[in-house]
Amino acid sequence: MLRYLPLILKNCWRNRRRTILTVVSIAVSMCLLGVMISMYHAFYLSSPAPEEALRLVVRNRISLTVEIPEFYGPRIQQVAGVRGVMISQWFGGTYKDARDPKNFFARLAVEPDKLFAMFPEYVMPEEQRKAFARERTACVVGRDLANNLNFHVGDRINLMGDIFPGNYEFTVRGIFDSPRSSDVLFFSRDYLEQTLPEGRRGQVGNFYVMMDDPTHGGRIGGAIDAEFHNSTAQTRTESEQAFNVGFLALLGNVKALLIGISGAVMFTILLVSANTMAMSVRERVREVGVLKTLGFTPALVLSFILGEALLISVAGGALGYLISMGLTTGIGKSPYGGMLPHIPPFQISVALACIGTAGVIGLVSSLVPALGASRTPIVDALRSTD
Amino acid sequence: MAIPLAYNLRNLVVRKTTTIMTALGIALTVAVLLAIMGLVSGLRATLSASGDPLNVLALRKGSDSELVSNFTRAQFQDLKFKRGIATGRDGQPLASLEVVTVVNLANVDNPGGTNLSVRGLTQVGIEMRKGLHIESGRWFQQGRRELVVGKSAAGRFPDAQIGKKIQLGRGDWEIVGVMAAGNSAQGSEIWGDLNQIGSDLQRVDVLSSVLVRATDEVTAQALVNDISNDQRLNMTAMSEKEYYERQTSQAAPVEYTGIFVAIIMAIGSSFAAMNTMYAAVSRRAREIGTLRVLGFSRGSILFSFFVEAVLLSALGGVLGCLLALPLNGITTGIGNTNFAETAFDFRVTPQSMLFGIAFAVVLGSIGGLFPARMASKKEILTALREV
Repeated sequence: MLRYLPLILKNCWRNRRRTILTVVSIAVSMCLLGVMISMYHAFYLSSPAPEEALRLVVRNRISLTVEIPEFYGPRIQQVAGVRGVMISQWFGGTYKDARDPKNFFARLAVEPDKLFAMFPEYVMPEEQRKAFARERTACVVGRDLANNLNFHVGDRINLMGDIFPGNYEFTVRGIFDSPRSSDVLFFSRDYLEQTLPEGRRGQVGNFYVMMDDPTHGGRIGGAIDAEFHNSTAQTRTESEQAFNVGFLALLGNVKALLIGISGAVMFTILLVSANTMAMSVRERVREVGVLKTLGFTPALVLSFILGEALLISVAGGALGYLISMGLTTGIGKSPYGGMLPHIPPFQISVALACIGTAGVIGLVSSLVPALGASRTPIVDALRSTD
Repeated sequence: MAIPLAYNLRNLVVRKTTTIMTALGIALTVAVLLAIMGLVSGLRATLSASGDPLNVLALRKGSDSELVSNFTRAQFQDLKFKRGIATGRDGQPLASLEVVTVVNLANVDNPGGTNLSVRGLTQVGIEMRKGLHIESGRWFQQGRRELVVGKSAAGRFPDAQIGKKIQLGRGDWEIVGVMAAGNSAQGSEIWGDLNQIGSDLQRVDVLSSVLVRATDEVTAQALVNDISNDQRLNMTAMSEKEYYERQTSQAAPVEYTGIFVAIIMAIGSSFAAMNTMYAAVSRRAREIGTLRVLGFSRGSILFSFFVEAVLLSALGGVLGCLLALPLNGITTGIGNTNFAETAFDFRVTPQSMLFGIAFAVVLGSIGGLFPARMASKKEILTALREV
C-alpha cells in the first residue's frame, strides 16, 4: 500500500487551488473545534494543576453570596488532613469609572500572612511579602493587572465599596507573577473588618483549604460539611476547579453552547470535505476507468480515493489544531481568562481528538463518491465525458 | 446583453448534490449566527419588558445591583414621603422596601445548582408591578414561611414547584403559588414576605433596595434626581427600566463568542463556496466558450457566475433561517447582576433572519467573485478546446 503513496500525493496536488482551499476551510473550522474541545476538556475533564488540586473552597450551602461565620476557620483547621485555612472575601466595589470594563478586576480581602502559602504559584519577592503582611492598608496586585492599569509599587488605589460601603484606600506594596491570568488585587481582611460596624463583623465569604494530599479531596470536603451540618450556616466544600466552573456557569449554559457549536462545526466540515471529494472524483471517472484497465483492483482504487481524502482532511485538522493552540493561549491571557481553568497550550489528547475527528470526517465524506467510482464498470467509466 | 437568470437556476438544479452541500455549509454558519443573535435579542426583550418607566429603584451609592445594596428602615422612612410618589388604594405612598438574596438550587441545565433570586417584599411591592398575577395557587401570607415562584423559574428549577419546600435561612419554606409576569425578569425570581425573609436572613433592619412609583414620567425623572442628590440618603436612583437595560451588558461575553464563532465559520464556508464555484467554472469551460461565441461579453459572463454564487448562498441563508427557526421558544438562562439566573426565550426575529440572509449573500459574493473573474478571463479558443 505504501508504495502507492506517491501516487496519492500526486493526486492531492493536481488541483492545487482546490486542495489549498479545502485544507484551509477544514483548518479554519477545525481550529474552532480545537478551541471548543480544549475548553470542554479544561472545564469538565482535565485534572487541575498540581497546586490547584490541593485546594478546596468552603462556602455557604445556600449560595456563594451568603456569608459564613469566621469561627468556622479554626474548626476546619481541626479536620484531619487539612494543612491550612485562609479567609477569602469578595470585596466587589468600583474602581474609578465602573463603565469602563478595564476597571473591573477581582478584589479580594485575604489573610496576607497565609496568601502565598495557600497559592504557592504566586511568586513575589520576600521583602514585598513582608511589607504586605506588615502594613494594614497594603495591597498586592497581579502582574496582568499592574500592566493593564499601570500600577507600580507605592501607588495608591482608591476603591469605592458597595457590599462594604465606604471609601477604601490601599497602597500597592507588591506585584506578584502567576502562571495564570492575574487580574486581581488582594488586601488585608483585618483592614476590611475594622471598617465594618459591629453587627457585620465576624463573617467571611469563603475559606480556602489546603489539603495534605490531592486524593483526599472527597473525604476532607465531606468531613468539613458534616462538621457544620447541624449549624445555622451549613457549608458546601468543593474543589477549587469546581468552584471556578460554578462561577462561569453564571454566564449561561456553557456546556450546551460548547457542544452545540462543536456539532455545527463538525457537520460543516463534513459537508465541505464531502463536496470537495465528490467534485474531484467526478472529474476523474475516466481516469479510474484507465486505472482499472491497467489492472488496479476496485479495492485499490477505493483506497486511493479514501487515502487522498484522509491526507487532505488530516492536513487540515493538523493545521487547524496549530491555529487553535495560538487561540487558546490568547483566550487564557484575555480578561476572561482569569475565570477559566488553566488551559494547557498543548495537550496530546486534545490534539489527537482534533486530528482524529478530521480524519474520520475525511474518510466518511469520501466513502460515497469513492465507492461509486470504484464500482463503475470500466466501459462506462471510459465513456464518461464529464 | 445579460445571460438569463434561468441559466444559473438550471445549473444549480442540475448539480443538485453540490448545490445542496454547499448551501447547507452556508446554512449552518447562518444558523449559528442566528442562534447567537436570538439569544441576545431574547435576553434584551426580557429585560426591556421588565422595567416600568414609572418605577424608580433606589440603591446604595456605588452599588450596581440590588444584591450588594443596603437600605435601612430609617432611610426608607425618609424616602417614603418624598414628593412625586404616587399613592395607592389605601392612601399610603407606593414605596416598597425589598430584600434580595439568592438561593442555590438544582437547575435543568446545571444539576449541580444555579442561583435563583429571592425577593422579600410586602403587598405594596406586588401592587406596583403591573401585569403580574397569580397563575396557580395563591400569594404568600405575611409572617409565614411561604414563597411564590415565577413561571420561568418554575420551569427551570425542578425543586421550585407548588407544594415543595426550599431551605432558606433558618427554615424550610413552602411554595404556595406560581406567578406570571409576561416574559419579564420577575418570572425568574421567587418571592416571599419581606419581614419573614429579613428575619430569617438576620437582616431585620438592613435590607436591599426600595422601589417607588412616580405619578408620571416627568415626576419620575425629578424623583431620580431628587433621590440621587439627597446627601442624607446617600443613594443612587434610576428608573427600573434603566436598571434592567443596563443588565443587557451581561450578554456581552456570549455575544462576542458568537460573533467570533460566526466569523470563523464564515471564512470556512466562503472558502467552500469558492471551491464549488471554481469547480463549476472549470466544468463549464466549454459552455463558457460557447456563450462567448454566441456573443455574450466577458462582463455578462462575470456577472452571470457572480449571480450564481449569490443565488447559491442566498439559498444557504434561507436554509439557515429554517434551521434556526425551531429555536424560537426554547428557554435558557443567563447570569444577571444579582448573581442569579434570568430565564429568557430565544427570539429569532424577522430582522435577524434578513440579516442572516444578507450575511450569507456577502459570504457567497466573496466566494464567487474570483471564480467568476476566472470564467470571464477565459480565451474563447482555449475554453472551447478544454475537456
